[in-house]
Amino acid sequence: MIDVLETKDTGEFVINVGPQHPSTHGVLHLIITLDGETIKDVDPQLGYIHRSIEKMSEKLSYRQFIYVTSRMDYLSSHINNQACSLAVEQGLGVELPPRAKVIRIMMAELTRLASHCLWYGSTGLDLGAVTPFFFGFRERDEILDIFEDTCGARLTMNYIVPGGVMYDLHPDFQKKVKQFIINFKKNFREYNDLLSGNIIFQNRTKGVGYISPKDVIALGCTGPVARGSGVSCDIRKWYPYEGYENLQFDEILETEGDCFARYMVRLREMEQSIHILEQLVDVIPEGEFQAKTKNVIKLPKGEYYQKVETARGELGVYLISDGTQYPYRVKYRSPNFSNLFAMKTMAVGQKIGDLVSVMAMLDLVIPDIDR
Amino acid sequence: MTKEELKSTLTTLFPEATFEENAFVNLNISSEQILKVCTELKENPMFDFDSLVCLSCVDWKTHFNIVYLLRSRSFKHELVVKAKIDSHENAEIETVRNLWMTAHWHEREAYDFFGVKFLHHPDLRRLFNPDDWDGFPLRKDYMDEVNIVEL
Repeated sequence: MIDVLETKDTGEFVINVGPQHPSTHGVLHLIITLDGETIKDVDPQLGYIHRSIEKMSEKLSYRQFIYVTSRMDYLSSHINNQACSLAVEQGLGVELPPRAKVIRIMMAELTRLASHCLWYGSTGLDLGAVTPFFFGFRERDEILDIFEDTCGARLTMNYIVPGGVMYDLHPDFQKKVKQFIINFKKNFREYNDLLSGNIIFQNRTKGVGYISPKDVIALGCTGPVARGSGVSCDIRKWYPYEGYENLQFDEILETEGDCFARYMVRLREMEQSIHILEQLVDVIPEGEFQAKTKNVIKLPKGEYYQKVETARGELGVYLISDGTQYPYRVKYRSPNFSNLFAMKTMAVGQKIGDLVSVMAMLDLVIPDIDR
Repeated sequence: MTKEELKSTLTTLFPEATFEENAFVNLNISSEQILKVCTELKENPMFDFDSLVCLSCVDWKTHFNIVYLLRSRSFKHELVVKAKIDSHENAEIETVRNLWMTAHWHEREAYDFFGVKFLHHPDLRRLFNPDDWDGFPLRKDYMDEVNIVEL
């Protein structure tokens, strides 16, 4: 819903986009100042889906608070769970069994793929092409089927727990992942044919929403948004966790800094995720899938911080323990929060129609911003 | 710089600060020093902390800690700066948004939830809660019988 809020004497006028606009992918409200068609100012209004997860976590035990995080960035729920579990494990000092580590990496990479597939579909929709949506969801559904076999859920997984994972893998897991890799590689060519080479798509994204590497660092962008400007920030490479240091993959960088560069980063990242899966699918170690932990977890007094790379950038979990079974304070450094902050820099000076491209390439998930 | 090098260099520069050690080097300072310390950490090429990863506030019932997690992209070292605000009622601290722009929203968030005033912040409004919201929800003494269900 776009309606005119007020008209200023200078000829500029202020309009609302959202909170129910389809291209905001959730309840995001933007107050935009326009001069003709040119954007002069963007002021995002947050909090429409704020549930105060940080306050809730203070009343939940170290096993329970992880489940709430699936509702933050719901497209990367495995990775959110993983980040919290890693922070708790830091305090516990447990060593994970090798099988659990490999399962976690595979789940994280499948999540990244599923998330990027959904982004690909919705980007197509936002920019006026319906077919990519079906292509993206075809692959995403296949991944969600694999998740469903193992953990029984398709969106809020709650599968990764402190000490390992909740259940062992489904017997068909390896077979299905191998089949998925074959299917994906075959289908991935269509992704490029359909959008990357499309002249209408290129015109709407190339040179649109430029952000310089300097701004990226100052505004705290991470993930594909930063890597689209040539700023290296992949936590899997910078501060490896869970054994990413033993895997072969590239950090994808594009240097143009526009919407098309961010698009290409995500597409090429999908290939890298497939590459990681290929390395692991045949060598899942046998053995335990969970380390032995106590039923009631009490962390030693202190502070724990864990950062991971989600599909959108750096997620940080800052956990303060006062020695009881409940965390004293939990803070999430969510990637979308800082990425959205950079929207003003990208959008000012562009046309109102380009705002949709900018938003699509930020790949926003609003519950992750509002928490 | 390694943790030990970071610690010894910081000790000579800020003799009044204290240290804690966990996964990071923690630099404890008082809230009045924040701008001086942060400017030094950012501008000094020896540290080169060019990115502010996370800014959070912790309510310790008698005082607040504002926790800055800094990272240097060139040296790959990280540092946690904890600024202690002694007052609980009139909590104030200087803004660091002129050093790291990303602090703009993080400080608004801290103001929204804890009521910490960031001095010289140009746009210090609530970020998530409505403007007419009563109280600061993440404070430990915050009571709300309607919206918070005690388990």
